Amino acid sequence: MHPIYQILSRASKRNSVKPGEFIVVNVDLAEVNDLYLQVLLSFKEMGGDRVWNPKKITFVMDHYAPAPTIRAAENQRKMREFASEQGIYNFFDINRGVCHQVMPEAGLVWPGMVLVATDSHTTTHGAFGAFSTGIGATDMAAVLLTGKIWFRVPEIIKINIQGKIGKGVMAKDIVLHIISQLGTDIALYKAIEFDGETVKEMSLDERLVLCNMSVEMGAKATYIRQDEKVREYLIDVNSGKYEEYEMMKFADDENNKDYESVYDFDISNLEPQIALPHRVDNVVPVSQAKGKPIQQALIGTCTGGRMNDIKIAAQILKDKKISPSVRLLIVPASHKILQKCIELGYIQTLLNAGATLVTPSCGPCLGAHEGVLSSGESCISSSSRNFPGRMGSKEAKIFLSSPATAAASSIKGVISDPREFL
Amino acid sequence: MFKPIVEGKIFKVGNDIDTDQIYPGRYLYLTFPNEIAAHAMEDIIPDFSKQIAGEDWIITAGKNFGCGSSREHAPRALLCAGVKAIVAESFGRIFYRNAINVGLPVVKCLDIIKKVNQSDSIKINLQDGLITLYNPEREISFEKYPQQLLMILKSEGLIPCMKKYREYSHLTDKIKNQL
Repeated sequence: MHPIYQILSRASKRNSVKPGEFIVVNVDLAEVNDLYLQVLLSFKEMGGDRVWNPKKITFVMDHYAPAPTIRAAENQRKMREFASEQGIYNFFDINRGVCHQVMPEAGLVWPGMVLVATDSHTTTHGAFGAFSTGIGATDMAAVLLTGKIWFRVPEIIKINIQGKIGKGVMAKDIVLHIISQLGTDIALYKAIEFDGETVKEMSLDERLVLCNMSVEMGAKATYIRQDEKVREYLIDVNSGKYEEYEMMKFADDENNKDYESVYDFDISNLEPQIALPHRVDNVVPVSQAKGKPIQQALIGTCTGGRMNDIKIAAQILKDKKISPSVRLLIVPASHKILQKCIELGYIQTLLNAGATLVTPSCGPCLGAHEGVLSSGESCISSSSRNFPGRMGSKEAKIFLSSPATAAASSIKGVISDPREFL
Repeated sequence: MFKPIVEGKIFKVGNDIDTDQIYPGRYLYLTFPNEIAAHAMEDIIPDFSKQIAGEDWIITAGKNFGCGSSREHAPRALLCAGVKAIVAESFGRIFYRNAINVGLPVVKCLDIIKKVNQSDSIKINLQDGLITLYNPEREISFEKYPQQLLMILKSEGLIPCMKKYREYSHLTDKIKNQL
């Protein structure tokens, strides 16, 4: 049986599950972010008094870090008060980063667990072997009340990636290419497994990008087979938590035939990719987008703000200056990453080049604060979405790219090929 | 009270209407129904909530309606603005769940968008899985709701449902008895 079905069987206390079945599963970890006070409102409206298990609930203040408006500040205050009353000690305030980086760093994410969070990019944690998915506020309120949630068991799509990654090409380029080929609704109501030599060779940071962006194909959850890289990371952040690991263990059945469909990609000759406004699947090779002027470059968020991403930006911008017509925003995915980047000199390099450092958070990705766009402006971004109005004015344009392409473009002031700088 | 039959005029939109277009991220700190309703579809249909006031409207869309973010504000905004139901070829999965959870009927129906015109009348029978279109009058069937989802819709959303049953196990037991 596919690991995803094994996880859902364990969590629903069944011997097996089949795609299309409706099941009620026990949740192992539930995360609430600071956008949705509605979670607490719905919880109270349901007649909720005490949460089902404060140890299995976590709050992360990441979308409004730090609070940009009085209303956002009041929502955060109410969440702090709620967590304190309920004994929810895994409360990560505005000084920690984006939930999808903060939760694994805090040792809260395990292979085999069922993780739900009030954020669509929760698909990220499939890279750790967790069944993780985004849910809305009222669904979450019911989880806080009961510890359970219903799921329709998803069909599984397998995406095999083969070929050696070219210079200046990153996981973001690969996943944008895949989305452009398969479309934004290929995985609606389904799960995606990534496999193949290229994925095996990738760092954990890069695999997280594939899983993170899968929601842009509609995916409910993702899965990547665990290997030494995952185990090393988990041991590093989780020393002493083997009991949890054993409890959720599943067999990695490589010969399972549970795939609804299989897609093969050879990325040997892939060049850096750009998603043009206003669709994530409106993708062209960088050679076809070169020269388009930009006023802002964003490197960061839960999609493109990890060590690997900031490292390559620093490599490209070392001893260079950004164009005077560009604002370069650096939004590390977490404070741990920021500290490590300071230690390694990357932040100094980026600041010397003229970058603006933003609090580790979701940054301007969802158009709330910290670098929203005016009408007529263009931004190249390593974040996840380029929908109209996503990052501010609906009259602004967002081009999605890898952090390397965003860094290169910030130097020239126009969309540029990062391979010229590496 | 839950009404198995929903009727109204068609408000036609296209493919891939994402949650940022349904409810822009810059208003996510709002929580009151009237505040949320005012910003429904703001960036693509100015004054949408005013345009639909006073009449019953049913949004009819192409594929992947509500793709993107997990924000429950999106279906809440449409519901609070007075939208009675949404029929689309497919939905973003979190939006679909959220709509059911707030008591806004969402119906998956292939090729619906090619069969309808703006402001046509439409009738949906949620219980039997039937859509009636007029001019000329015809019926289209859609896949009936699984009992679990119909149960939540009949309760007018997950909040009243949970208030009543408190546990998902009650919900599932109840469903078993019904089947």
